[in-house]
Amino acid sequence: MDSRLASDDHTYLPEAVQVAAKILVVGHFAVGKTTFIGTLSEIPPLRTEETMTRAGAHVDDLRGVQGKTTTTVAMDFGRLTLSETLVLYLFGTPGQQRFVQVWEDMTRGALGALLLIDPQRLEESFPVMDLVESYGIPYAIGVNYFGEAPTRPDDELREALDLLPDTPIVTCDARDEKSSAGALIALVKYLQTRTS
Amino acid sequence: MRAGDGGHDSVDLVRPYVITNGQDLPKGDEFELVTLVTVAAGNARQAQLDPERRALLELCSGGYLSVAEIAGHIGLPIGVIRVLLSDLAGSGQIITRNPVPAAQLTDIQVLQEVLDGLQTRFG
Ligand SMILES: Nc1nc2c(ncn2[C@@H]2O[C@H](COP(=O)(O)OP(=O)(O)OP(=O)(O)O)[C@@H](O)[C@H]2O)c(=O)[nH]1
Ligand SMILES: [Mg+2]
Repeated sequence: MDSRLASDDHTYLPEAVQVAAKILVVGHFAVGKTTFIGTLSEIPPLRTEETMTRAGAHVDDLRGVQGKTTTTVAMDFGRLTLSETLVLYLFGTPGQQRFVQVWEDMTRGALGALLLIDPQRLEESFPVMDLVESYGIPYAIGVNYFGEAPTRPDDELREALDLLPDTPIVTCDARDEKSSAGALIALVKYLQTRTS
Repeated sequence: MRAGDGGHDSVDLVRPYVITNGQDLPKGDEFELVTLVTVAAGNARQAQLDPERRALLELCSGGYLSVAEIAGHIGLPIGVIRVLLSDLAGSGQIITRNPVPAAQLTDIQVLQEVLDGLQTRFG
């Protein structure tokens, strides 16, 4: 545990903070979620866990848990204080259907999601897309190219992923601040068009 | 604190139940991941607290943090942190500032503020 925390002002939010907004950064295994969050976050990314049974039920009562196989799931998150009164949290978790409690927690009140994809592993994105859609979370696609991967035109990706015509597709490098911020901004602009 | 700490084994898993004295875990809407928490002014009854509650109060004494950040810093699962927080809220030792209620600000306003903030910061 970090005993310096209480004296480190930068850890805490401004006194006047009123609004905590939430945007999700989702995608399949190793697609760049943690990197993206770490690139934009003003605090070192944190990680939380929930205790689950292997079957996927949330363990509400840990009595008699010994012997039951359990596992913990990580959820990464970062923070951006955007004004004296507004803080934005970025939450990331992989798209495993069985972690229902994690997804319910994460999606509750979320403004939207940036869904990261790797064009060379498109089929791995389908379970996550299904999950995001099943929670009714509006999303934009962030395309991360790995290695020497050839770029693919947006309309090709749109067709392969069966996206709606207005779902934004933004190329971004999760390791680059400007590029990552650009993807987030594109998502927020898209969310604005949906609420007006 | 490193992201990536973790790895509870089956023995550790019994501990959260002990820490929370067997109370039911509160539902997510009482303490959402982004519910903001701080200590209540004049909070004084720390002497007979167990180490987890004391650590939590100490962490929260510096200002506002989200429930998720508290869980991340303390290193306990969200569900357990919720029990502890709801307990400490019940005894008046912590207070919360809820994530923006729809009645106060519309999504449209929040989105505009988020956009302005992002553009100012990264633009
Ligand atoms: N070329 C390239 N590499 C990236 C990008 N984003 C992340 N990486 C690299 O890809 C690897 C995996 O990135 P992570 O951020 O750990 O991916 P993740 O989605 O959090 O992975 P899990 O949490 O394991 O599902 C790391 O080595 C990153 O440096 C990107 O946009 N472009
Ligand atoms: Mg990760």
